[in-house]
Amino acid sequence: MSLEPVARAVLSGWGRVPRSAADVRHPATMGEFERSLNTIGPRGAIARGLGRSYGDAAQNAGGTVVDTTAVARVEIDDRSGLVTASAGTSLDELLRILVPRGRFVPVTPGTRYVTVGGAIAADIHGKNHHRVGSWCQAVRSIRLLIPSGEILTVTPESDPALFWATAGGMGLTGVIIDATFNCPPIETSLLSVDTLRTNDLDGVMAAMVEADHLYDYSVAWIDLMSTGGSMGRSVLTRGRFAQLDELDAAQRLRPLAFDPKVRVGAPPWVPAGLLNPLSVRAFNELWFRKAPAERTAELQSIGAFFHPLDMVRGWNRIYGKRGFLQWQFVVPDDADDTLRSIVGQLSSAGCTSFLAVLKRFGPGNDGPLSFPAAGWTLALDIPAGIAGLGPLLDRLDVEVAGAGGRIYLAKDSRLAPHMVPEMYPRLDEWRRTRDQVDPSRTLTSDLARRLKLIDA
Amino acid sequence: MNDAVGSPQTALVLGGTSEIALAAMDLLVARRCERVVLACRDSGPTAVTAAQRLRSAGATQVDIVTFDASDLTTHRPAVAKAFELLGDVDLVLLAFGVLGSQAEFDADPIAAAAAVNVNYTASVSCGLEVANRFRHQGHGTLVVISSVAGERARADNYVYGSSKAGLDVFSQGLGDALVGDGARVMVVRPGFVHTRMTAGLKAAPFSTTPDEVGARIVRGLETGADIVWAPSVLRWVFLVMRHLPRLIWRRISAR
Repeated sequence: MSLEPVARAVLSGWGRVPRSAADVRHPATMGEFERSLNTIGPRGAIARGLGRSYGDAAQNAGGTVVDTTAVARVEIDDRSGLVTASAGTSLDELLRILVPRGRFVPVTPGTRYVTVGGAIAADIHGKNHHRVGSWCQAVRSIRLLIPSGEILTVTPESDPALFWATAGGMGLTGVIIDATFNCPPIETSLLSVDTLRTNDLDGVMAAMVEADHLYDYSVAWIDLMSTGGSMGRSVLTRGRFAQLDELDAAQRLRPLAFDPKVRVGAPPWVPAGLLNPLSVRAFNELWFRKAPAERTAELQSIGAFFHPLDMVRGWNRIYGKRGFLQWQFVVPDDADDTLRSIVGQLSSAGCTSFLAVLKRFGPGNDGPLSFPAAGWTLALDIPAGIAGLGPLLDRLDVEVAGAGGRIYLAKDSRLAPHMVPEMYPRLDEWRRTRDQVDPSRTLTSDLARRLKLIDA
Repeated sequence: MNDAVGSPQTALVLGGTSEIALAAMDLLVARRCERVVLACRDSGPTAVTAAQRLRSAGATQVDIVTFDASDLTTHRPAVAKAFELLGDVDLVLLAFGVLGSQAEFDADPIAAAAAVNVNYTASVSCGLEVANRFRHQGHGTLVVISSVAGERARADNYVYGSSKAGLDVFSQGLGDALVGDGARVMVVRPGFVHTRMTAGLKAAPFSTTPDEVGARIVRGLETGADIVWAPSVLRWVFLVMRHLPRLIWRRISAR
């Protein structure tokens, strides 16, 4: 029945580590896709989109991986703004269709190269979390293929437990076939952006508490390489979509233009150690200096504001073959001391990190494994081979959990399994819901095995 | 699963009483490695002490399976038993080996062949057995304890040296063969290590300890190295030594 090509391939996440080999199915038609969980072997299956999870969420060592990206189907209801898209549709593809029609995606992360299926599985968030929450809050229904071969239509009303177990469920409740979600209207494709440079962490945190609510989108980039008095110096950018009357005459001719370009590609091979404390410090210095101390109402394109790194194809290669990891946590608003303590420890450990991203989340949702929760979230990239990095992050995880916070599973590639129930106290509830649709334990991934998500 | 910073959650040690392997396991158990299987010749006091040591280092489960490197028929059952006990095996440490003495080998060529069988032949059998299991599970790291003795022949230990040279080349080749299978091989080349095996011998320059070699192994797992030297300076020492004129090498290597 399943005749789509299968090939053994070594897979990794965006961080390029850890790696494992799996049999990858490439269903090419909706019919094949809907049968993609037929005849799965004992090592199970997981769906994979564009592989932008940093860690091992979309790989399944020795088992089956279903590549969702060959099946493209997008339907738009222009009046309601409801869009139905197949799981493998990327946000890049969606935006190229939606923006010229005056619509935007409900939530976008820092890259357009994520899929609709991945957006649900990781319950992704963006710069507007404080306003609209995460991706799944815009989702009206999901068609979910479960290991029995059935396809369930799951909505927050019809089966809230399964819907919210799927939101942030890391693909472990079934293969998402397609989903219907709400896309908000926009008048123009330009953003009116205010930039504020602050000299330390307290400065940026105060600015965010004071005025984030005035903006639809807000995020700060922190320099973790600076220490002492300038520890945590930041550039805060906040904005909203511009209205037609804010555009100049030339821009008004094509107010909904959307044509982002990939400017350069990272070289295929990079010498180990290109990113070292000196080169990263120099980069961060340049980046901080180039930002204006304060600027308001600058018009920026969607690409420049939301997805600056997409201009460099394959930028993950600059970390060399050893790869890197991203560590992202959230702690409650009142745990701002924990945030300061962690930033201090990372700065003094000389973690060779490019800019870290700081954001203040609004309230979380009903997903037991959904990551966002009200408070401060910090994300940073770190080369994987740094001596003692594992034990350092383990200590910081304990601080995060102690403050009532958690680590983002979609980014994770090294968390200790016993920390998961501490960070996600509703894990058992999630397991019970999951077991009902997958009693045979067919759905699994390297992430699930490593973190013992399915079985304690 | 091995994580992004090179920490395994389960491990099998072939030659489970090896001081170098146990030193590495101490460190790995302190990180993520909860469950370990020690494959040992018997479950006598040395093996029991080794298991106890890893339990006190934090391992939740340590099992001993019997395995005799010199008896090829024990290899497959021992490896199978370990995978049965552990499920996925993230790390296999191939740590058995015998040093012997050249004088003994000169007097008893059959003893020399037996030592080569342990150091080389048995490693080939175990390495291939483990590789098949890794292919099936789609991941895994095999760490092979080689030796700098395999880098260049020396009159006073060339039987041992040649067996390690064979092991070293086999392990590198196996690592290359596993590239498309999600698994990998890390070759460890220690210099003179102060252990039971070398007790009473005169230490060579740059001699080291099991703890130091263990730390180098863990560091190699962190960096994803293919080859680890212990101490690391030996990489450069042997870069030179390998190219010395034979006459000079013979003189400086004579002890």
